[in-house]
Amino acid sequence: MDYFTWCIITAGAAMTLGVVPTALSQGMALKSALEGVARNPNASGKVLTTMLIGLAMIESLAIYVFVVAMIVLVANPFTDKVLQMLGAAH
Amino acid sequence: MTHPFLFFQWLVEKLKFGYTSEQLADFGYFNHVTYAWATMAILILAGFLASRRLQKDPKGFQNFMEVVLEQIERLIGETMGSEGRAFFPVVATLALFILVSNLIALIPGFMPPTANPNTNLALALVVFLLTHAIGFKKHGLSYIKHFTGPIWWLIPLMLPIEIIGHLARPVSLTLRLFGNMYGHEVVLMVFLSLAPAIVPIPMMLMGILVAFIQAFVFTLLSMIYFAGALEEAH
Repeated sequence: MDYFTWCIITAGAAMTLGVVPTALSQGMALKSALEGVARNPNASGKVLTTMLIGLAMIESLAIYVFVVAMIVLVANPFTDKVLQMLGAAH
Repeated sequence: MTHPFLFFQWLVEKLKFGYTSEQLADFGYFNHVTYAWATMAILILAGFLASRRLQKDPKGFQNFMEVVLEQIERLIGETMGSEGRAFFPVVATLALFILVSNLIALIPGFMPPTANPNTNLALALVVFLLTHAIGFKKHGLSYIKHFTGPIWWLIPLMLPIEIIGHLARPVSLTLRLFGNMYGHEVVLMVFLSLAPAIVPIPMMLMGILVAFIQAFVFTLLSMIYFAGALEEAH
């Protein structure tokens, strides 16, 4: 297969592998926060604020994966080198 | 990936202002700067309109701006305590700038300046430098104790870890905001090219949510960093 096909496959696989654990852990965080609010509704403001920060922190992992995937797709720094190598091999 | 239609770029290409075509082509690289200036214009206009006829019993736009700023001040009081009151201007500016520049994406022909890593890096560097400036101003040279850990013979281990941790802050602030806004743009563009009729509307609603949450998270994280620099080293 040619180089750009591999780039697309890599980006898709990275997004999949990066998003699944992120989604699971965000669900766990949301679950615990809601349980905390259900037990103590008075503290809901603080619990939900902390939960939002936590969710953003967890989400940033998936965002890093997204940034790397976009770099692989549109601004890959190794494109020239790989194309040179492929051109030399042919 | 370029934006299909940007209002200011179109305007400059139509009016030309006596620039050569090469300079006009370069203009496309700096759209985030143009839209950051548009955001600033909106904020200055809002401040001017809110404070033009000040009343003791606020009505209309003045009331709205007062409610927004009071909420930000309450948040500062909750996260930073009474000492944080001094940092109200910078925190409120960060919050309003990021919020407005995220929400500007909803206007057709406008792009959020936060969808470019350069704008976000500028904001994150302000937070990073201000954190340490606050720390050194508050504690003097003993601010270094923040980096050395609790026990003296752990210093060779703790110092590199703390320095790396502090250097990771601006990177994570930058990439989080950039990734969220740019990702939203990309998703919206893909949906618009696939099914332009009704399908993108839920994504646009999600975009409003993302804009608010990301502005909130950026502001709250910078407040937490400031508070961390203010408190005593353990």
